[in-house]
Amino acid sequence: MSQVLHTPPQAPAPAPTPAADDLAALAARHGLSVSGARPSLPEYVRQLWARRHFITAFATAKLTAQYSQAKLGQVWQVMTPLLNAAVYYFIFGVLLGTKHGVPDYIPFLVTGVFIWTFTQSSIMAGTRAISGNLGLVRALHFPRAALPLSFCLQQLQQLLFSMGALVVILLCFGVPVGVSWLLALPALFLQFTFNAGVSMVMARMGAKTPDIAQLMPFVLRTWMYVSGVMWSIDKLAQKDSLPQVVTVALAANPAAVYIDLMRFALIDSFHASQLPAHVWALAVGWALVAGVGGFIYFWKAEETYGRG
Amino acid sequence: MADIANDRIPTVVADGVDIVYRVNGTGAGRGSATAALNRMLRRKQTEKASGVRRVHAVKNVSFVAYRGEAIGLIGTNGSGKSTLLKAVAGLLPVENGRIYTGGQPSLLGVNAAMMNDLTGERNVHLGGLAMGMSREQVRDRYQEIVDFSGINEKGDFITLPMRTYSSGMAARLRFSIAAAKDHDVLLIDEALATGDRSFQKRSEDRIRELRKHAGTVFLVSHNNKSIRDTCDRVLWLERGELLMDGPTEDVLKEYEAFTGDKSPKAKPKPKVPVSS
Repeated sequence: MSQVLHTPPQAPAPAPTPAADDLAALAARHGLSVSGARPSLPEYVRQLWARRHFITAFATAKLTAQYSQAKLGQVWQVMTPLLNAAVYYFIFGVLLGTKHGVPDYIPFLVTGVFIWTFTQSSIMAGTRAISGNLGLVRALHFPRAALPLSFCLQQLQQLLFSMGALVVILLCFGVPVGVSWLLALPALFLQFTFNAGVSMVMARMGAKTPDIAQLMPFVLRTWMYVSGVMWSIDKLAQKDSLPQVVTVALAANPAAVYIDLMRFALIDSFHASQLPAHVWALAVGWALVAGVGGFIYFWKAEETYGRG
Repeated sequence: MADIANDRIPTVVADGVDIVYRVNGTGAGRGSATAALNRMLRRKQTEKASGVRRVHAVKNVSFVAYRGEAIGLIGTNGSGKSTLLKAVAGLLPVENGRIYTGGQPSLLGVNAAMMNDLTGERNVHLGGLAMGMSREQVRDRYQEIVDFSGINEKGDFITLPMRTYSSGMAARLRFSIAAAKDHDVLLIDEALATGDRSFQKRSEDRIRELRKHAGTVFLVSHNNKSIRDTCDRVLWLERGELLMDGPTEDVLKEYEAFTGDKSPKAKPKPKVPVSS
């Protein structure tokens, strides 16, 4: 528009443009479909399933590319979460003394930090999934839900590296290997579903208003501090200084549910009595509500992603 | 033209297409921060008051593209060529009118899925999957893609990260990946401008081949020679309007007269028509 152009000459032979209804009829006669229309929900799921290899390849590629410039390379996959845990241990365990009364405080803390980081970075990546990849969205055709899903998968892969480190930490602190460790698998699966759902909600909101990405770190940090990542919600509940509604709400918040489930699965001194009531029902419920709701919410705006 | 249309199969039908961009925060009039806040809080507000500018990029364009055609899109910079291609691909919503397509038109845009920190080899896989090929298809065509791109002609470059490639090498790999798939409708945006002469030749051959496989090819280019070599029909867009639609030679003659006479220093003068 900024270009200064002389008025183009009138076309000597006007382009042959048949009447509008002719074109629509022609398209209908040959079974052409409208470009860029939103597919139905079952069709959308089918398309997404057809792109599953792209989703996994994209996640792995992102993960590998992340540290490819660093001299230590993929070692950072394990180093980053460990350093994070060390910082939290120094501040909350040593300086503030949150560890009093929590048995196996280091395994307790590290599990909390790792599981929380999974949710946090999934949501953060989801917020930027569309707005940060407009080039991809504007150039290629694929169900857009592939992007937030792929980013969550990348975070899951990242978490698996962290879990490897966590197992070593657990063994070092004398936590015995038990059958309950198997519970980590369903817990992780439910958490992944929850994360993916929330990511898709945030992806749609972030696509419409990219400013949300600036706001999210504050929301997430607040969420982290109320979710019992480095302190025990259970201990707080015993003090009776807070109304019961608050402690129930704290314990039922999805991040706390998934963190406590993982602690229960992995750490033998973390007993079932410390879990909120109906914990598995809560975990499944959050996953279903977020997963299904988030997917439908995201799909509803499918054709608008990538708009100027 | 309408007479012979009946026995040919249309692949893309554009019916009175208007495309409008909305640009936020151009700071028109009031302080842009307040305007932006206003815009977020009160969505129903008129667009002008909230500082959104409308850019009418494509105005009432209609055409029918048939199977087996290669159509060139020409026009000066900013005339709406790339915008129109994106709308045909279904990546930009249209304001008015409709675009009907048979099959899935794909823009030659794999570069968006490729990552500079990964090796060429992994990018071939990633790009292929991003275009919707299956893992088996990518594996089968891998060697073909690498050979076509000629990346390995000067040593084993395919196993190096793409950030080490020259821009020409990267462009060649991109085109090779995109052209590996048989597209119903392939949309190419100035892809042939990069790469050396021998690669350009190979690309043009590949486009002819794609057309033979019952596809339609759209090509946006400022290189009138590559339009002449590959296209048999040309659409000329100017200021978003379809100015001419006809056989390559006729349209290019008018276009060259327009650009050559009136804005000699705007861009390099188009070459004289090649005989044959």
